[in-house]
Formats: sequence, C-alpha cells, structure tokens
Amino acid sequence: MKHFDFIELKVPAKAEYIGVVRLSVSGIANRMGFTYEDIEDLKVAISEAMTNAVTHAYDEREDGEVTVGFGVYKNRLEVMVADRGESFDLTKVKADIGPYRQTESVEELREGGFGLFLIDALMDKVEINNDYGVIVLMTKFLHKNEVGFDDDQISTTQ
Amino acid sequence: MNMNLEVEVAEKNKTTVLVLLTGEVDAYTAPKLKENLLPLTKKEGTLIEVNLENVSYMDSTGLGVFISALKSTKANNSQLKLMNLEDRILRLFEITGLDSIITIDSTVRGGN
Repeated sequence: MKHFDFIELKVPAKAEYIGVVRLSVSGIANRMGFTYEDIEDLKVAISEAMTNAVTHAYDEREDGEVTVGFGVYKNRLEVMVADRGESFDLTKVKADIGPYRQTESVEELREGGFGLFLIDALMDKVEINNDYGVIVLMTKFLHKNEVGFDDDQISTTQ
Repeated sequence: MNMNLEVEVAEKNKTTVLVLLTGEVDAYTAPKLKENLLPLTKKEGTLIEVNLENVSYMDSTGLGVFISALKSTKANNSQLKLMNLEDRILRLFEITGLDSIITIDSTVRGGN
C-alpha cells in the first residue's frame, strides 16, 4: 500500500532553475493545504538548498544536474535536494552556520553563510548526508488540525 | 508574477540615490543587484535608499548582497537604507540578526 506520493524533478545545475523549483514547491505545498506563511518558508528553504547544490554541482562540472524529490505525505512534505558534486566538510559547515551576533564586526560578516542557517530556522527537520555528493532532506509538517499547545495527546491514525 | 529582477536607479537629490527593486532576488538575480548597487556605495557622502516594496521574494543571496553593500558603505563613508520591506522579507533580516546592523525603515509605506 502506498502511503505517499513522490515527485521528482531533475534540473540543470544552473541558478536560473532555482526559481522554477521554487514554483514547483509552491504549487505542491499549496495543493497540500499549507498556509501562506509556511509556503513562503518552504520557498526560501528549498531555494537555499538549491543555491548550495547548484554551487557545488557547478564547481564539479559545468553540465551537472540537481535532483529534487518531493515526498507528499498526509501530515508533512519532505523535500530532498541532491547534487553530485564534491563532498564538503560537514563539521566545518555546521560550525559556520548561525545568526549574526552583535560581537562580530561588520567586516567579519559572512556574505554567503546564511543559507543553511535559514533552512534550519524555517523547516521543522533538516538532515544532511554527504556520503556521495550532498543530500539535504527537509521536512515541514502540516498543521491543519492543530490543537492547543496544552494538549499533548492527539489521536491520529499514523 | 515576475521571476526576474528589475533594478531602477534614480537620483533623489545631490546626496541621495533611490534604488527601486521589482521582482525576485535569488541566486540568479542577486549578481545583477550587486552589480548595480555596489558602485553607488563608492561615492563618499551618498545615501542609498533601497525600496523593496515590489520585491516578492528574497533569500540569503539577497542578504549577502546587502551585507557586501553595507561593508562598502563603511569603507567609502556612504550610507545604506532599506525601505518598505514586506513582512516576510523583514523576517529574514530578523532571523539572521541583520536587522541590528543594517538600517531598515519599514514604517514608510508607499511614498512618492
């Protein structure tokens, strides 16, 4: 029995296709019933992952491709973005992410360092695998039937 | 819906330059923004007012351009001000803490 729909897109590793993938996620999330705010969050998070993937894949070879997978579940959307570029140092990447802190001077600011931080801030769950290329798996839950924060018991059929 | 970015530069007066952005700022369009914005910051004493009223989408690539523009204003003794940010875009500056170092005027809506 199939529990979810799966959509796969393969686009050239070029910046002009990031907007196309953004339109796709917007359409899928809209159909699923996500709120306007959540859809905007998804658009930014997926674009950030695409920007990273396009940069990595392109560094590797000019005709690279980026694969995007959408797992459409009843209660959540899972988005996978995979490049096949060179692996990066995950520890270093994690150490480099974070918001701007008052203690840093403007000169020290990272011009390109907010991508992964934003993905982490805007999605409910983020996993990164860099065994072969880089795969970012992001999850956003649907809060359609949300109950009060006081209720920790919700009966579902999961 | 406009996936591209239009950048219009106009002189408000001798010391103030207006930059009107229309469309989306992402990895594809950010280089165009940088190309247009950075030269304006090189002139000492200039105030650059960037109107983001018509920006329907922006991500960290846009933040990156504004960070490099801000750095350039510090080096060249000019000023940068962002205006009319949509709530969703303002939120990105808040999440990243950049609202504390970049001058953002979100009170003025519309304008002339």
